Amino acid sequence: MTWLVPLPVVMPLLGAAATLLMFRRPRVQRAISVSVLTATLVVSAALLVLAAGGPLVVAVGGWPAPLGIVLVADQLATLMLVVSSAVTLCVLLYSIGQGGADGDEEHPLSVYHPTYLILTAGVTNAFLSGDLFNLYVGFEILLAASYVLITLGGTETRIRAGTTYVVVSLLSSVIFLAGIGLIYAATGTLNMAQLVERLDALPDGVRLVLQGMLLLAFGIKAAIFPLSAWLPDSYPTAPAPVTAVFAGLLTKVGVYAIIRTETLLFPGGRVADLLMVAALSTMVVGILGAVAQSDIKRLLSFTLVSHIGYLLFGVGLASRAGLSAAVFYTLHHIVVQTTLLLVAGLVERRGGSTALDRLGGLARTAPVLAVLFLLPALNLAGIPPFSGFLGKLGLIQAGAGEGSALAWLLVAGSAVTSLLTLYALARVWNLAFWRTPATDPAAAPLRSSRLMVTSTAVLVVAGMLFTVAAGPLYALTDTVAADLLARSPYVRAVLP
Amino acid sequence: MSVSLLVAVGVLFAAGTVLLLERTLTRVLLGVMLLGNGANLLVLAASRAGAPPIVGVADPERMTDPLPQAMILTAIVITLGMTAFLLALAYRSWLLTGHDEVQDDAEDRRVRELADRDEGSDAEALEAPR
Repeated sequence: MTWLVPLPVVMPLLGAAATLLMFRRPRVQRAISVSVLTATLVVSAALLVLAAGGPLVVAVGGWPAPLGIVLVADQLATLMLVVSSAVTLCVLLYSIGQGGADGDEEHPLSVYHPTYLILTAGVTNAFLSGDLFNLYVGFEILLAASYVLITLGGTETRIRAGTTYVVVSLLSSVIFLAGIGLIYAATGTLNMAQLVERLDALPDGVRLVLQGMLLLAFGIKAAIFPLSAWLPDSYPTAPAPVTAVFAGLLTKVGVYAIIRTETLLFPGGRVADLLMVAALSTMVVGILGAVAQSDIKRLLSFTLVSHIGYLLFGVGLASRAGLSAAVFYTLHHIVVQTTLLLVAGLVERRGGSTALDRLGGLARTAPVLAVLFLLPALNLAGIPPFSGFLGKLGLIQAGAGEGSALAWLLVAGSAVTSLLTLYALARVWNLAFWRTPATDPAAAPLRSSRLMVTSTAVLVVAGMLFTVAAGPLYALTDTVAADLLARSPYVRAVLP
Repeated sequence: MSVSLLVAVGVLFAAGTVLLLERTLTRVLLGVMLLGNGANLLVLAASRAGAPPIVGVADPERMTDPLPQAMILTAIVITLGMTAFLLALAYRSWLLTGHDEVQDDAEDRRVRELADRDEGSDAEALEAPR
């Protein structure tokens, strides 16, 4: 069944070509995009089931590893694939609903669908890649698509925000490419399975430089403090569905690359302390930024940065429990963060703005919206019994199990960050939803179509499902973590 | 690996970094191009030099390593696309504002001013007459 492995990359790319050809016929474009992403979701789910029996490996182009480029679908990659394709599908439906509600059904931007599908292909390629250079190409595909999406429409604010985003991303790509050059110079290969042996044989100092280069490149993409300042500046100005999918997926691809390279290529925890300190400062600085904001979208961008710290905490622990909780938290956070930004989009349409000082009384005037906001907000803040709580609990337990002073400091930091997240989101709730509505209603609300509300509701329910299915999911991420630490299942699958 | 190549990489990276720190988008663009070329040269410097990698022409033991060259080709194509996109951004910025300097974020400025006046964003929101 290995022929399934390239499909999550190939199908969106072919879909992008088809939608580009159909640029005059929006209805056909929509049908193609939805069916392609549905098929991607189905294939990803099938791959997740198949990967339980060991990683699936495909040598692209018929050249066997380590000569050819390989795609590797192990359990970590397929878990990420399933969640990310489910999220991209929901956001696509939301944006189709938005186009319908705005009445631009007949004249939408013809580049939206092709670019969105290319973004998906870049994300799936990065997840499946078993080769560092192919990982770089995956990153470039998704970044190139994201440049177009973040400057969609070319208004002044979007050009300004897009410029920051593009320049910072280009810098991280250059660092990644230079790192690849150095790794090739040191080892003579870029196949990750082969790198496992050859990197282990290198002197410690050389390995540390190579590790530092990759961490720097991925750290910018994942928005880890102090490399995170670009994110809250650039994300909020994009259209709501674009911000939502960026916040959900793009930083997580960076986190995925960190998890993959830190466990597979550079095990042993030589930079564990550095990662932990970065995790702590990301959490605290991010959430303090969120507390100071008075715009929902910007506030959510800061909570996004802050919660990347939790993921890094688990990676820094590098124990089975820590990695397992980090993977669980990543999956949970993709869904919840996307949902909250989609809700922010709905709020913007209902109240005419996302500025907290202009909103008010939405709980009375838009009760459905209030429920859609409240559930993922409580989930993100980590109120029991939601999955946000379970993920944080797993991380805190893993930190306590580690027992070092730094780990305890991070445990304390996680608890404080969780409380401050609750405070920041409670402020949104009080100001936008709870207080008495303004007597002079702002501009007439834009209609939100049923499709937009439904697709957001589906994501809210999906976030709840993480809570219901937490037991089996934790069991799964536990085997993922064990495989990551053992390294040998991956290497044996690629180089039999 | 030749020292002159590495020195060239160093010079390109240094000049590119300086230009990247500028506020004008055209200079940033030049910086990105220099950095991209520096990275390409670095990948090239990583490969073993030798005879052309064509079977039948040279002895395989003495051939140059073709893989980094293939990677550089890919990277060049990507840099070309990005350069075109940045040029379009700079042009659009010039059309809209008459210059291509990257401005501070307006919301950033507002939050900072509130902090300077020692007012939380809450205070401002709640004091607004409702």
